[in-house]
Amino acid sequence: MELYSMTGSQLAGLLAGRKASPQDIVSSLSRRAAAKEEQVRAYVRFEGGLESIPPEGGVEGKSPLSGLPVSIKDNICTRSFNTECCSRILSGYKPPYDATVVSRLKKAGASIISVKTNMDEFAFGSSTENSCFGPSRNPWDRRCVPGGSSGGSAAAVAADEAVFALGSDTGGSIRQPASFCGVVGLKPTYGRVSRYGLVAFASSLDQIGPITKDVRDSAMLLNVIAGYDPKDSTSVNEPVPDYTACLGRPVKGMRIGVPKEYMVEGIDPQVRESLLRALEEFRRLGAVCEEVSLPHTEFAVPVYYIIATAEASSNLARFDGVRYGFRAADAGGLHDMFSRTRGEGFGKEAKRRIILGTFALSHGYYDAYYLRALKVRTLIKEDFDKVFSGFDCIVTPTSPTPAFELGEKSGDPLKMYLSDICTISVNLAGIPAISLPCGFTGKGLPVGMQIMAGHFKEETIFKLAYAYEQAVSARERRRPEL
Amino acid sequence: MSDINDKVIEYTAKLARVKLESAELGELSPQIKGILDFIGKLEETDTGDIEPTSHILPVNNVFRADEPAQSLPVEDALSGAPRRRGRCFSVPKVIE
Amino acid sequence: MEYEAVIGLEVHVQLNTSTKAFCSCRVEFGMEPNTNVCPVCLGLPGALPVLNRDVLSCAVKVGLALGCSIQKRTKFDRKNYFYPDLPKGYQISQFDMPAALGGEVRIDTPGGEKAIRVKRVHMEEDAGKLMHEDDGSLVDLNRAGVPLLEIVTEPDINSPEEAYAYLTKLKSIVKYLGVSDCDMEKGSLRCDANISLRPKGESRLGTKAELKNMNSFKAVKDALFCEISRQTEILKEGGSVAQETRLWDARQSMTFSMRSKEEAHDYRYFPDPDLTIFLIGDDEIESARAAIPELPRQKAERFIGEFGVSSYEAGILTAEKSDADFAEECFRVFDAADKKPVVNFLIGPLLAEANSRGCGLRGLGITPSGLIELVLLVQKNIISNLVSKSVLKEMIDGKTTAEEIVKTRNLAQISDTSALDGIITRVLAENDKSVQDFRAGKSNAVMFLVGQVMRMSCGKANPKVVKELLERRLADA
Repeated sequence: MELYSMTGSQLAGLLAGRKASPQDIVSSLSRRAAAKEEQVRAYVRFEGGLESIPPEGGVEGKSPLSGLPVSIKDNICTRSFNTECCSRILSGYKPPYDATVVSRLKKAGASIISVKTNMDEFAFGSSTENSCFGPSRNPWDRRCVPGGSSGGSAAAVAADEAVFALGSDTGGSIRQPASFCGVVGLKPTYGRVSRYGLVAFASSLDQIGPITKDVRDSAMLLNVIAGYDPKDSTSVNEPVPDYTACLGRPVKGMRIGVPKEYMVEGIDPQVRESLLRALEEFRRLGAVCEEVSLPHTEFAVPVYYIIATAEASSNLARFDGVRYGFRAADAGGLHDMFSRTRGEGFGKEAKRRIILGTFALSHGYYDAYYLRALKVRTLIKEDFDKVFSGFDCIVTPTSPTPAFELGEKSGDPLKMYLSDICTISVNLAGIPAISLPCGFTGKGLPVGMQIMAGHFKEETIFKLAYAYEQAVSARERRRPEL
Repeated sequence: MSDINDKVIEYTAKLARVKLESAELGELSPQIKGILDFIGKLEETDTGDIEPTSHILPVNNVFRADEPAQSLPVEDALSGAPRRRGRCFSVPKVIE
Repeated sequence: MEYEAVIGLEVHVQLNTSTKAFCSCRVEFGMEPNTNVCPVCLGLPGALPVLNRDVLSCAVKVGLALGCSIQKRTKFDRKNYFYPDLPKGYQISQFDMPAALGGEVRIDTPGGEKAIRVKRVHMEEDAGKLMHEDDGSLVDLNRAGVPLLEIVTEPDINSPEEAYAYLTKLKSIVKYLGVSDCDMEKGSLRCDANISLRPKGESRLGTKAELKNMNSFKAVKDALFCEISRQTEILKEGGSVAQETRLWDARQSMTFSMRSKEEAHDYRYFPDPDLTIFLIGDDEIESARAAIPELPRQKAERFIGEFGVSSYEAGILTAEKSDADFAEECFRVFDAADKKPVVNFLIGPLLAEANSRGCGLRGLGITPSGLIELVLLVQKNIISNLVSKSVLKEMIDGKTTAEEIVKTRNLAQISDTSALDGIITRVLAENDKSVQDFRAGKSNAVMFLVGQVMRMSCGKANPKVVKELLERRLADA
């Protein structure tokens, strides 16, 4: 078995037994990427191989992630290495500082892969088709998108071009591509992982999280990146448990809610079938599954697109051509410089969202749009509070459909937005949720299921996800044909 | 929410300092109107006395102490500048 | 028709914290451009703000000192607009939940005391600095993120003098609190004014103009005078005042309409999701209240009661906290119940000298006990009042004491009658006309003779003794 095809925990075992070196692992990944990148395009500015950022400063203690490679999404700052959010407006930008998650990984001795993973520009999208570097491809079927916005991270892990990857999730950007690519993606509780150094899309919704080959790797990576950061006012000072410790614990008696609002029209029959089979598996494991209701689900997409675009319109105001990134050539006056820089520097979807968000905040519309959205957000959160008072987890499909084809939705933004319908409420409620593979369509595309739990209940999620993974892996584990 | 026309969208784009070519405006405008129509669904909700949620977790009073830390070296601060002059960022002349 | 001016002031006070409002960069003046900057205040992608604890405590202090109610729940909002000195494309400010609401500043007017209501006190961050060159503008972000308090009045001010008095009082209070040096020249206090006119007796407000670019209290007063006459003229001619921003040009003593910006403004305020809500408990408010030092008004009242100074004198002495402290020390060193001789020194020559140097009383290099030594020399008739002034001049900046100066320059008054007899004999002989006048009943003539004796003694003769001696000699003859 090649090193690149192993999980993080398997590789950690090899490192511990001195049967492989960190360099061996990076070299193996590099060879794999060199062979497959032309088909997958998971990385941006890829030039024939992968390298890790040379370690600097001290490594603190012995960490299970020591010597293991981590790939980073292009919107997470890596000091002195390109961080461009796959946008022309940030072309050539090399931040003078590391995101907190990156410094935590460096301290843990992880090897940070220096080229970044592809994404929709500023995380605006569900397919990576909005990247200024061009789309990534789904390793299971190259005609399909890998999902987005963290499509590059998910595709890299699925194609064995990465062991661990970081993504960011504002409305499903970790979970949806994980589900399209047949890998595991976790969006932690809002405030669990520092956002410092994550280029903000929607500050009240964004979280960084792991995209990995299995549940154990997800827990391993979360162990390192989670925790309070004094540089992020919204990170929460809650103790970080060892998330691998709960793996393997029994799930007998766990109460699982299945919201009826997620199982209605628009759900692909094969997705529905996969989910029903997964619920059967949970019952076999001794869990109790019952139908529940999240009555305000239908409002989640509109609420999300107001809040997320409003925050984004303000967060993206700093890209003005003054201090970094792209500036339009030969601009006349100051105003011309600003609007041409932004007009030429942002892609179509970014402009659409900036204008939408600016509108939602503008005079005369604020109450009708933004304020109303914040109120309905309260209702959505209360829906979850009610369910979690009687249930440990909520299980839903991650996406109503498996991976769609390139170009299938790129002409219709609203259709694209609606593909986030299963993941968006989680961000609005700030709760954690994982996506893990739960089957395949007839055409061999992976299907993902989503497990949600209450704030800071990542352990509950891991426990259930791991139990499921262990129970079905023998039957279901496959690799994409590349 | 029916009073949204091309003019409003053009004005909003100006407010956001995003220059749109007329073809672009022609494409974006109906899309944005479509999205806003869809968002109009929210009017169905009764939000009268509901508290708005701008922070999902009840985390309050996050401060730092008034203690100085190292600033960036000036070369790092200016390293990304599209244009600079000396130790400053340079922009087209601001007329007041 | 007679018009009344309606004026509201917006004052920005730069806080003297060690670090910026939302990052750990130092707040320093006169640094090389872009040296006190970091990812946060440069607005680099991914950087996040964290509030400096002292900024909120300063806001609470100022709010309490102005008699505001401190809000138990306060939050920050983003004020969105584009400008090259605004790195994030928005300013972190406070919109609908400011730190403090509803206070007042009491000012003295010719018609008596008047309360100017304070509408709100809120926290925000400063922008950077733009420098204009022929072919472009340069951006220095050292100032970006420096903490400010914005203090807004209700439109309660009705004249430029009242505006001036308000600013003076406000500055005095803020400086007492020690949260800002309020130096308009350094830009640590800035003031914009809203002004409209209305017919006297009318309660409805007229259209207002916003005045900017005034960099001294005097400039605020001048600009308001000028704007009042401009608006009066417009209204008298039946015109209407345009709602606009006008810039004060001190050189030409005129306000100019700021060319209307290319774009309409819509700041699109919304709660900053990067910062938490701040809850201020009653106990915190009470302990902040307890920590507020004695403010100018209370100090003046105490000076009147304790030291018997007049209300006018108390006002002058307590305007600056360091001066008030100096005066109080002087009063304590000076044993006598009547502090008048000390007050005369402080308010007269000392303050004049301090003002001309632009320093405080303490900046003159005289200690309270040193000053009292001088006062006592006059009290004990060792030197005259006249001589005391020149001794004081030497004491300032000099390292010597009053007694030493008097000794080395031999300035002690001559009260010894035998030493004065000779001079008096000479003066009487040389001023026969005055002697005749006195005898003819012009008692004033003796004063001229005293003056002559003083002159001949180089000011050292004790005038009281001289007068007695002269009167006795004139009566004898």
